[in-house]
Amino acid sequence: MARRTPLYSVHVAAGARMVEFAGWEMPVQYAGVIEEHLAVRQAAGIFDVSHMGEISVRGRDALSLLQQLTSNDVARLGPGRVQYSALTTPAGAFVDDVLVYRIDEGDYLVVVNAANADKDVAWVVEHARDLDVAVEDVSARWAQIALQGPRAQEILRPVVAGRIEDLRSYAFLKAEVEGVPSIVSRTGYTGEDGFEIYCPAESAEAIWISLRREGESRGMKNAGLGARDTLRLEARMALYGNDIDETTTVLEADLGAIVKLEKGDFLGRDVLKRQQEEGTDRRLVGFHVPGRPVARHGHPILRDGIRVATVTSGSFAPFLKQNVGLAYLPRGMWEPGSSFAVEIRGRQEPAVVVPTPFYKRQR
Amino acid sequence: MHPKHLRYTKDHEWLHVEEGRATVGITDFAQHELGDIVYVELPSAGRRFAAGEVIGTIESVKAVSEIYAPVAGEVLEVNQALGEEPQKVNQDPHGEGWICRVRLEDPGEVGGLMDASAYESLLGK
Repeated sequence: MARRTPLYSVHVAAGARMVEFAGWEMPVQYAGVIEEHLAVRQAAGIFDVSHMGEISVRGRDALSLLQQLTSNDVARLGPGRVQYSALTTPAGAFVDDVLVYRIDEGDYLVVVNAANADKDVAWVVEHARDLDVAVEDVSARWAQIALQGPRAQEILRPVVAGRIEDLRSYAFLKAEVEGVPSIVSRTGYTGEDGFEIYCPAESAEAIWISLRREGESRGMKNAGLGARDTLRLEARMALYGNDIDETTTVLEADLGAIVKLEKGDFLGRDVLKRQQEEGTDRRLVGFHVPGRPVARHGHPILRDGIRVATVTSGSFAPFLKQNVGLAYLPRGMWEPGSSFAVEIRGRQEPAVVVPTPFYKRQR
Repeated sequence: MHPKHLRYTKDHEWLHVEEGRATVGITDFAQHELGDIVYVELPSAGRRFAAGEVIGTIESVKAVSEIYAPVAGEVLEVNQALGEEPQKVNQDPHGEGWICRVRLEDPGEVGGLMDASAYESLLGK
């Protein structure tokens, strides 16, 4: 039986189409994916992402535990800052991709993918043995609402008791939202400016309604998982289970920015160090399909009739009005301009590697 | 929602029969289920097909769905406008969003299709 977020009945009342995703009953769309996607690019969209998991890591050894388990440098994470990172396997691949919040000295919150939450908690707990650290799955306590788009700040401003206009990207503050202690984070998964609000589950509905009220006259739309997926793909953000998993290393995923070899030892460092020095044999890159058929996850990629790779993500990109995708292409094929074919329903569609992100917002 | 002058299949195609010929499309229910349609792969004119054969594919942002021939026949004409404007299937599924016109192999086959009220009871309305 799929779990429901505290906002389930709000979505049903709004006419959402609900689907099961990672064990949760989630809104996939309200008015339509394209309309919701464009609203986020041009005004704002509000998403229920309460299915995401949150793990609290606290104690004297919290920093050293997270340093050992993640590829980014947690020591460089200042108070009030957020860090994108990878929970790595000993082979330098992804247990999960995560956000690490430094709540306080020795007090971190790790935000994880819903599908991986149980696995991640077990992983962190297992590595915390013999350390002075408390690891706790606090997912059930928190709801999460993402408010994304160029008008997100003006919509959120009236309901937060705090200076969100001073928040930089990947920074957060603890503030009351509609009078309820929450975390307001300038992060997102859409390629737009925006916020993710972590609030107590029992307050989610009141906060959602307040944001709806503020957003109504500002072009804000409810947005579902469908638009979330097309938005993140345009911004070339990886999706766990599609683009990255326990078989893809952080460097193969072209996420060198979150690999900090100089910080000292961590799980998978040896593999990543060697890949950094020698280069990887394949790289996750973006491509464009000029034709109309849509390249999708799982479609074969051919070069001279031979299968060389598989599409990891592929979709019609609603803002760009193009078909785009991601795939791990072998060395020699991953440079922009390199061409290949995607096999779609038995036919070969020409495709070409392009620089990413496909979409970058104007600042 | 689903016009009375059309015939329907359990796979959510509709058929409008006029003197041995018919226009084929997908139903309003089907377009709504698919969501934003971005590509329609049309059959070639002149192609002959059996009832139940796949004659095309419709892609929305989130889904791919095949179009099945409601009855046996031959493709006379396809809706070329869908090449540039596949969203017509969302906007007007029983009208401008038609898929193709066909010559019927056996006009008697049409009797085996559902009328609007039978189709809507299939949908549970």
